[in-house]
Amino acid sequence: MVDASIPIHWRRFDERYRLNGNFCENCSTPYFPARPICPKCRRRGKLVERQMPFTGKIYSCTKVLVGPKGFEFETPYHLAIIELDNKAKILAQVVDSDEAKVKIGAKVKKVFRKIADNDLEGVIAYGYKFKVV
Amino acid sequence: MRSVSIIGAGLTKFGELWNMSLRELVAEAGLKAVEDSGVSGEKIEAVYGGTMASGRFIGQEHIGALIADQLGLNPIASTRLEAACASGGVALRNAYLAIGSGVYDVLAVGGVEKMTEVSTEDAGFALGGAGDQETELFFGASFPALYALMAKRHMKEYGTTEEQMAAVSVKNHKNGLHNPYAQYHKEITVEDVMNSGYIATPLKLLDCSPISDGAAVVILASDKFIKENKLDDKAVEIIASAQASDTLALASRKSLTELNATKIASKLAYEQAGIKPKDVSFAELHDCFSIAEIMAIEDLGFVKKGEGGKFTEDGNTAMEGSIPTNTSSGLKAHGHPVGATGVKQAIEAYWQLNGALPKERQLKNPEIGLTHNVGGSGATCVVHLYRKK
Repeated sequence: MVDASIPIHWRRFDERYRLNGNFCENCSTPYFPARPICPKCRRRGKLVERQMPFTGKIYSCTKVLVGPKGFEFETPYHLAIIELDNKAKILAQVVDSDEAKVKIGAKVKKVFRKIADNDLEGVIAYGYKFKVV
Repeated sequence: MRSVSIIGAGLTKFGELWNMSLRELVAEAGLKAVEDSGVSGEKIEAVYGGTMASGRFIGQEHIGALIADQLGLNPIASTRLEAACASGGVALRNAYLAIGSGVYDVLAVGGVEKMTEVSTEDAGFALGGAGDQETELFFGASFPALYALMAKRHMKEYGTTEEQMAAVSVKNHKNGLHNPYAQYHKEITVEDVMNSGYIATPLKLLDCSPISDGAAVVILASDKFIKENKLDDKAVEIIASAQASDTLALASRKSLTELNATKIASKLAYEQAGIKPKDVSFAELHDCFSIAEIMAIEDLGFVKKGEGGKFTEDGNTAMEGSIPTNTSSGLKAHGHPVGATGVKQAIEAYWQLNGALPKERQLKNPEIGLTHNVGGSGATCVVHLYRKK
């Protein structure tokens, strides 16, 4: 993670703690993370805050054996792109799951976990991960 | 648009060049390019430089001014362009536009990256900036992991195998044997790739391009300048230049098995040049990971979507195949100093079309060359087409 300042985390609490994104009422498309402009409707779009469903299924996944900086001590871990029940896609780690079950198509649900604690300002960052159900 | 051509090229060796700094790399490639072009340095009107993360790698920004300074070209305008691993290709395209539009007649285009001053972890972190910092890196995604997610989906949808991906690395390493500028001169086998240890499943160490230092410079000129200075001999015309973008975050894309920016940029380029994919004689592709070359040959229209793995395994992209790809040895074996790669690709096309390469690597009378330079996981793609003037 980036050499962060406290506001970087604070600004994203809604997104990382509650999975809040947004939804365009003009074209009925959910966005996660929230977008400033609906790319389909642009100025005609009408974006409103919307919490994403906490369940979905694995769209693609990988087991990371050489992790990036800040994640060296967590390897190996599973990283996935998850298609939520409303079709929005999200990248997250898959934890607390039987490795054999971490595969494309597996049903998952959101859990609340520590993401990193190596921030220069001492912030322990929390956010979403997923587990196979 | 006026016609724009490459009239000179200079390249450093790519690799772990402990004895050279960024400025020395730029100076070597720049001097070689100016000498190759036969144009006096005073005639160069401006410099366009591509570099991705010099601030992270060596603590140095303001690379545009640094290049002009080191090449002794002050006080001409010199600008740095950044588009992650497509920085070199984007610099080339902007210089092309500047000459094509009639603003300039002769320019130098450089690409450079000095990546080995920092640890592998720090280099990986700097490269991670090409993705979405807040929704990818933050959660533990590295670039191998992002391409692994694409590879896994490609395997699921089209039955692509790890052996087929390995065939990309094997072919590119073979081409590298005859390239003195390449980082590696070592033939590898599919078995070597399969045994090389996973970085992020299904991608293994030998599916990944390395961390490298290097610089590449080309001199571009207008037709007017070429005629006035009688430089027709070696001129290679850029017959198309196109660029496209996509979402920064991989998860926001509709498909993980294609790079839409590649599809769009190549479609625009083919239209500009009035050609079809089958008219391309050879292509330098952005094989940052083996799966990236497989997706590229599909997205560029050389083979149907999903058939790139088998097409590669069957030898169609080898030197003697129907569409040789990465005769330079690609990012995999030539090395990938990210800002330099896009310009290096143009140099391979320039040399290939001039018949200037060692015989093992030289194609017989190639007509049209293509270069494909990708930023990050596909949020930028630049495609150029070339033909001998």
